[in-house]
Amino acid sequence: MNHVDQLAGDVAQRVARESYGKLIAILARRTRDVASAEDFLAEAFASALESWPRTGVPNNPEAWLIAVAKRKHLDGLRQSQTRADSASHLQLLREEIEDMALHQNNIPDDRLALMFACAHPAIDTDIRSPLMLQTVLGMTAEQIAAAFLVAPATMGQRLARAKAKIKLAGIPFRVPDQHELSERLDAVLDAIYAMFNQGWTSFDAEENNLVEDAMWFSSLVVELQPDQPETLGLSALMLFLHSRFRARRSAEGGFVPLADQDVTLWDDEKIDLAEFLLRKASEMNSIGRFQLEAAIQSAHVARRFTSVTDWHAINQFYAILFQLTGSPVVKLNWAYAIGEDSGWEVGLAALPKIEEFPELTNYQPYFAVRAALLEKCGQVLAAQQDYDRAIALEHDSEVRAFLAQKRDKLSLSTLQ
Amino acid sequence: MQYTLLIHSEEDAWAVMTPAQIQEGKAAYDAYTEALVKSGAMVAGERLRPTSTASTVRVIDGKTKVLDGPYAESKEQLAGYYIIEAKDLDSAIAWAAKCPGAHYGAIEVRPIWPLNEE
Repeated sequence: MNHVDQLAGDVAQRVARESYGKLIAILARRTRDVASAEDFLAEAFASALESWPRTGVPNNPEAWLIAVAKRKHLDGLRQSQTRADSASHLQLLREEIEDMALHQNNIPDDRLALMFACAHPAIDTDIRSPLMLQTVLGMTAEQIAAAFLVAPATMGQRLARAKAKIKLAGIPFRVPDQHELSERLDAVLDAIYAMFNQGWTSFDAEENNLVEDAMWFSSLVVELQPDQPETLGLSALMLFLHSRFRARRSAEGGFVPLADQDVTLWDDEKIDLAEFLLRKASEMNSIGRFQLEAAIQSAHVARRFTSVTDWHAINQFYAILFQLTGSPVVKLNWAYAIGEDSGWEVGLAALPKIEEFPELTNYQPYFAVRAALLEKCGQVLAAQQDYDRAIALEHDSEVRAFLAQKRDKLSLSTLQ
Repeated sequence: MQYTLLIHSEEDAWAVMTPAQIQEGKAAYDAYTEALVKSGAMVAGERLRPTSTASTVRVIDGKTKVLDGPYAESKEQLAGYYIIEAKDLDSAIAWAAKCPGAHYGAIEVRPIWPLNEE
């Protein structure tokens, strides 16, 4: 490959990495057809690799790609014969001309509108994060399938189905009006947090990029919607968690729980930024789920200065958080905080009941937390049973090893 | 785009309502229909007689088979429909949420599939 080819290829790759979602959003905005936008953009990239080495890299590569992709779209419409299509063709041409007059070379950023379409309430919750990864970042169905532990063919089908729904059901590409914004924004933030958790909880894949992708999405939402406290709250929450990335594993690769982590391994820069964002969010005086979760993490990391954890504050944050969400997972974590703050028996009594929350039946942390509380209350046999159950439910070998160690320590204490 | 709003509700609910409640229910639908007409969204809409009046038809081996009753026996039944013009799914959903039936039953929103589209 000669030097010019190399340069053209590099620029095309850079644009693909940085602007993929922006370009898809622009192309799909009017037609709401994500699948064909992807096809036209792929064709435009192919044209770029073919013509840039000859003609040189254009001054505005994004505008060049958009123009080529739009032309390919119009060519496609021109070839189709039905009347409905020629009408929409004329409409598109009109909008095209108006748009060019408006923006010239200044390309609007429609990525947020694209994210709102992907996280629309009419789209199945589970496919929202994958859809955002594909449309905004251009990840392939194979890459996404690997990250979400789903067969590639299944993921491909589910993504295709979601894109077909966007197109055929007329899901709009727009940032919702103020009165419905918070509800819709929650769906976008939930999808980003689901993406983060997917990467965060899979210890096997530390090179897994989902955590980084989620952080990137979150910074994009903050950039585009800086006046929404929950967008800041989510960013703060993920920064707090991410600051402990290195401390989560021992030198031997074993799992290290929060309570045993070496605080000098925490990333101060991330924590400072998280504190700043959380403070900014709280100044807007509208409390929300992510701000509360971030506040809990903030109380945990305060340990790096005080060397003790403020369980009383954490207990109170969980109380509000449970009132807000009614989530069984929140109630579970709250019970542990109550145990630390008000005594282990009280914490044990505060655990969520499985009869009330059947979704906890196969939830590993439920049994791990209950085991820990039972252990503190001296109910050794019951604690052992719960550790066994937690071990059986856990997929990650390092976490299993950690739980087994706790269980075995219990057996020893009964022998002595 | 055009959307159909399929109104599903419990038929028995109307049977146990007092005359005043029925009057109220009808008035709510009248107001809703009027709002649709005024905004230009209304394309068509009808209510349906209860499933006790329904007949289900199939042709099997060239013979017409008729059964008494609705296609599917379930607590909530199709009770009526609107066809509306809306610019996108969000505005169709907004109309569905305003439909009186959304408060005691469920409205299924389905885009119309024009015959000249694939």
